[in-house]
Amino acid sequence: MSDSENNQDGFMGWVDARFPATKVWKEHISEYYAPKNFNFWYFFGSLAMVVLVNQILTGIWLTMNYDPTAAGAFASVEYIMRDVEWGWLLRYMHSTGASAFFVVIYLHMFRGLMYGSYRAPRELLWIFGMIIYVLLMAEAFMGYLLPWGQMSFWGAQVIINLFGAVPFIGEDLTLWIRGDYVISGATLTRFFALHVVAVPVALLLMVFLHLVALHKVGSNNPDGIEIKADKDENGIPRDGIPFHPYYTVKDILGVAGFLIFFAAALFFAPEMGGYFLEPPNFLPADPLTTPEHIAPVWYFTPFYAILRAIPSIAGSAFPGVLAMGAAIFVLFLLPWLDKSDVKSIRYRGWIYKLMLTLFVISFVVLGYLGTQSPTDAMTLLARVMTFVYFMFFLAMPWYTRLDKTKPVPKRVTH
Amino acid sequence: MSSEAQENIEVVDLGRRKFLTYSTAVVGAVGAAYVAVPFLGSWMPSKRALAAGAPVEADISKLEVGQAIKVEWRGKSVILLRRDQEILDRLKEVEPMLLDPASEAPQQPAYTQNIARSIKPEYLVLLSWCTHLGCSPTYTPEVTADWAGGFICPCHGSRFDMSGRVYNSMPAPSNMIVPPHQYLSDTQVLIGVDEGEQA
Repeated sequence: MSDSENNQDGFMGWVDARFPATKVWKEHISEYYAPKNFNFWYFFGSLAMVVLVNQILTGIWLTMNYDPTAAGAFASVEYIMRDVEWGWLLRYMHSTGASAFFVVIYLHMFRGLMYGSYRAPRELLWIFGMIIYVLLMAEAFMGYLLPWGQMSFWGAQVIINLFGAVPFIGEDLTLWIRGDYVISGATLTRFFALHVVAVPVALLLMVFLHLVALHKVGSNNPDGIEIKADKDENGIPRDGIPFHPYYTVKDILGVAGFLIFFAAALFFAPEMGGYFLEPPNFLPADPLTTPEHIAPVWYFTPFYAILRAIPSIAGSAFPGVLAMGAAIFVLFLLPWLDKSDVKSIRYRGWIYKLMLTLFVISFVVLGYLGTQSPTDAMTLLARVMTFVYFMFFLAMPWYTRLDKTKPVPKRVTH
Repeated sequence: MSSEAQENIEVVDLGRRKFLTYSTAVVGAVGAAYVAVPFLGSWMPSKRALAAGAPVEADISKLEVGQAIKVEWRGKSVILLRRDQEILDRLKEVEPMLLDPASEAPQQPAYTQNIARSIKPEYLVLLSWCTHLGCSPTYTPEVTADWAGGFICPCHGSRFDMSGRVYNSMPAPSNMIVPPHQYLSDTQVLIGVDEGEQA
């Protein structure tokens, strides 16, 4: 291919005169220079895209047989599982894909925490990513109502009633969300519309913006060094390599590895012992019978545990709801809470390493507690872990300043 | 056109342009707000949902002491519970352990703001709906050494007494809700309409 845009003949010349195909290919793929020291943790961005494609494809196929009515939803899912050709596979690809999405996204976010990928100039990149995460939670929550099983119904009941704790307007707000005095067919159909149309459109837009922001500022790397600061005579970063073919090939390896685990879950444990699909969801929704124990799907349980850990104050459950919202919102503020001189954990001192370890422990323990029925001891533990969770963020401006950092090298290491 | 502009047709009235830009933007925003009304309003309950939320009648003539029946009203269970003097006496005993023993929070119509939380002390009409997050508390009447009978929520363990009053230090922040109701006769209760009002 020639260097300039418009002087080539043939089909691509004709296209490039009308649409910047070659230009976009070069800027974003073949001449997009990414740091050469990417490691294991850099698989998860591309894996998130793979899972997104899986969810969209299988989702489209599921809508072909799904019946979004209170009377027909549960039976239509069983119909897909039993009678539709390959329906069981498409459904399990979609439900397992939902959990896989959160596994991948949580690891992707953890990578950001380790290497300071949210730091300037990547604040907007991080915020776009957080918006994607929030949209994903909304998408997963609404999708879980659609099979219209017992846990679909009662899980949604609990979450929608969270809005009822908002002072003054709470009752009307829940009525508006449900479109009925109780979760009913009206709620199901609007969740269906949002799940299959509105939120996916917003997700795709945000993924596009996430990538635009990424390609503007360039990828961070395990050393947290800006490779654009050191360019050769051609203006190419000395520590950069073209995304294609180097990282396309690397990412294909990542996809192959991921598919091994994904297929193992899909074919041998699609319900993952009740963590991906909870047992009560194999019973049709019954507004008059509460399941013995209501727990959200695993990816929501850390926040659910925080909600339960906060006691109600002055007759209102609102503080718990606020704490749960704050646990998510505080992540948006991360770029401005971190005052360290360095980005990557490789050059940080022991305090950040300790705090990050405690944060991961608190997240995992809260996640476990959120799946369990509360006891006094567990509530106490949840309160301690909620404190640890928030201290990671709220104390960050101080401990990142105190922390003794190591000198950062000029060039990336590998 | 002002005389100044006539002299030089190239002169742009920036003040006028700014005014037109802002006023167009404001009018456009007002229009957008009006267009949002049907979209947001469409999420409110439909006429059919409103009709389905109409009052329901319950027959309490066959209710035994200590027995609870459930009827459905607006998609929620309403418990109708018959209590004897022994159960009513225990309501007084548990009061020190309750969050709101006098039912001061507006969780019931004014005509049931009493210790039995009912129109007739013998019969309790209660939404089977936990004030924490809307689960359905289990009726647990068996009295043990540390339990005076009442309702226990299966979700997060909130406990309520035989009047639906919440115990101290529970996830639930308030007593269970007594729905508006009235007696049509000695054996017929109408749920969903306040005492003295027409259905």
